[in-house]
Amino acid sequence: MSLLEVEHLHATYETIVALRDISFVVGQGEIVTLIGSNGAGKTTTLNTLCGLTPARSGSIRLAGERIEALPPHEIARRGVIQSPEGRKIFARLSVLENLEMGAFSRRDNRAVKRDLEDVLGRFPRLRERLHQPGGTLSGGEQQMLAIGRALMAKPRLLLLDEPSMGLAPIFVRDVFESLVALNKQGTTILLVEQNAHMALMIAHRAYVMQTGLITHSGDAKVLRKDPAIIRAYLGGA
Amino acid sequence: MTPIQTQEMRARRQPASALSRLIRNPVQLISAIILLGLFLVALRNVLPLNGAAEYQPDQFARQLIFGLAQGSIYALIALGYTLVYGILSMINFAHGEIFMAGAYMGFFAITAAQETGLLASDPVLALFITLLIGMLSSAVVAVLVERIAYRPLRNAPRLVPLITAIGASIALQQIFLRLFGASTRRYPDVGWFVLPNACPALGTQGLDDTGLCRGIDLIGGRYDVTVIGLELRILPIHFLVFALSLALMIALWLYVHRTKSGKAMRAVAEDRNTAALMGVNVDRVIVTTFILGGLLAGAGGVLYALYNQQVSPFIGFLPGIKAFTAAVLGGIGNIPGAMFGGLFLGVVETVAPSMLGLSSQLKDVIAFGLLVMVLIFRPQGIFGEVLSSKRG
Repeated sequence: MSLLEVEHLHATYETIVALRDISFVVGQGEIVTLIGSNGAGKTTTLNTLCGLTPARSGSIRLAGERIEALPPHEIARRGVIQSPEGRKIFARLSVLENLEMGAFSRRDNRAVKRDLEDVLGRFPRLRERLHQPGGTLSGGEQQMLAIGRALMAKPRLLLLDEPSMGLAPIFVRDVFESLVALNKQGTTILLVEQNAHMALMIAHRAYVMQTGLITHSGDAKVLRKDPAIIRAYLGGA
Repeated sequence: MTPIQTQEMRARRQPASALSRLIRNPVQLISAIILLGLFLVALRNVLPLNGAAEYQPDQFARQLIFGLAQGSIYALIALGYTLVYGILSMINFAHGEIFMAGAYMGFFAITAAQETGLLASDPVLALFITLLIGMLSSAVVAVLVERIAYRPLRNAPRLVPLITAIGASIALQQIFLRLFGASTRRYPDVGWFVLPNACPALGTQGLDDTGLCRGIDLIGGRYDVTVIGLELRILPIHFLVFALSLALMIALWLYVHRTKSGKAMRAVAEDRNTAALMGVNVDRVIVTTFILGGLLAGAGGVLYALYNQQVSPFIGFLPGIKAFTAAVLGGIGNIPGAMFGGLFLGVVETVAPSMLGLSSQLKDVIAFGLLVMVLIFRPQGIFGEVLSSKRG
């Protein structure tokens, strides 16, 4: 049994049919990536997993339990944590408060404190800015904060939406390296990326979406060499 | 390079000054002239230029005290508007009636206390129960309004909940009217005596009907005293209202900034969906917000009724709309702004009419004139930030 099993999922987003019969799985300990062009339905997929966009039909199972009808906060409490597109830092809350919000549904205060130290060790820049409003951070720092905030929830499944968006290439590499490190320590990751090249470098498996459908799937190493994928998403080289 | 070009470039290089921007906008210009005129009139009344000034410092001090008491009621109500606006970006126009509900239910509580004799034997306990019942009633009404009139319309266009808010306001007024009648009811006289050793200083003013002095009457007392040369008529209730309101506002501030659910509230105010992704139950936060606003409005209602001594189904309208003005004045959605806006409005509308040599009946004109001025010159309010296009 995989950690996440999505079967025949349909969803509409603002009266547009956004997902058509989507099925995929994410196994425990994997990095799986969803790639595809703008408007393919990648973000809608993540939002449907989190309960922000209602599923019209089909099923989503987390470790066997059906979650597609649960409200967003219940899904988050079950360990499906999304770091949303555009980072969505709480600009007026301090860096520390942002991180504490990540741990909102946890009750194990001592472990939360340990995890806070862990996150600050991972992203030392955040420690320097701990009491600064989140909105004053640079783009790269905000991305660190967004990932750190998601980690504070101790996710069973971490959903990342475009973590490289708007970042300088050097930060992009930092972010992807920290994702690999996280995964090595046991965090399962579902990564949505427009930067298909980087995503396929670190992922184990990949699904390719186009206009609400999954068109290709397979081993990331294999897809990276698929001529059709190269032509469409990897700049044709 | 032609001269015209250089002129253009110079204009571009120098940012337009506040004054030149003012002159280009006729509405702002006319308003500024009116404001300046009012200021000069006030100055003439305050400064003893030819003979004695019209407006005396004792009068100012008396009005300031009353204005602060009145203003702290506005502030308590304004906080409800601002809290709800911060979370839902909507104006809860039924909030004045939520305030009225607290005052009215408080009336039943204090009347019951009077009939059972509790009010006479233990006025502090009776007042505490009255305040509690007023606060809880308002909170219940606020939650009902949210549940019935706003929640089903959570994702409707923004104009729709505004209309149901006005509907809820009228409905509440009518419900109270049908249930309890249109007549004005009188809060009973309360004597809450403190500081019995102040008696000699009070002289004959401290004596009750039987010629006995029991101390300073915090609720019903009024005393003529001279403080640093100013002849004042002191009503202790004004200080009591001010102090209690301040305590409630501090409690609110601590809740919002020092507790986990306060943090969740601020997070929801910034970004509802992202807060939900962190595991925050957004509906629960919204209900909590309405409860907080209701508790504060209910306290305001009881305090207001304690010094006005009368309640009717219609008392919510004017304080409600004034408090809304105060919230806009301070910057709607901003908690310190609502506190400041309330106090500021209370003082201005009390002090300004006599300072300008106008009838005090014009105080509402001044209050709403102030609202117009703020909307013209600083629409985001005194403490408000300019809303980004995303939220605005």
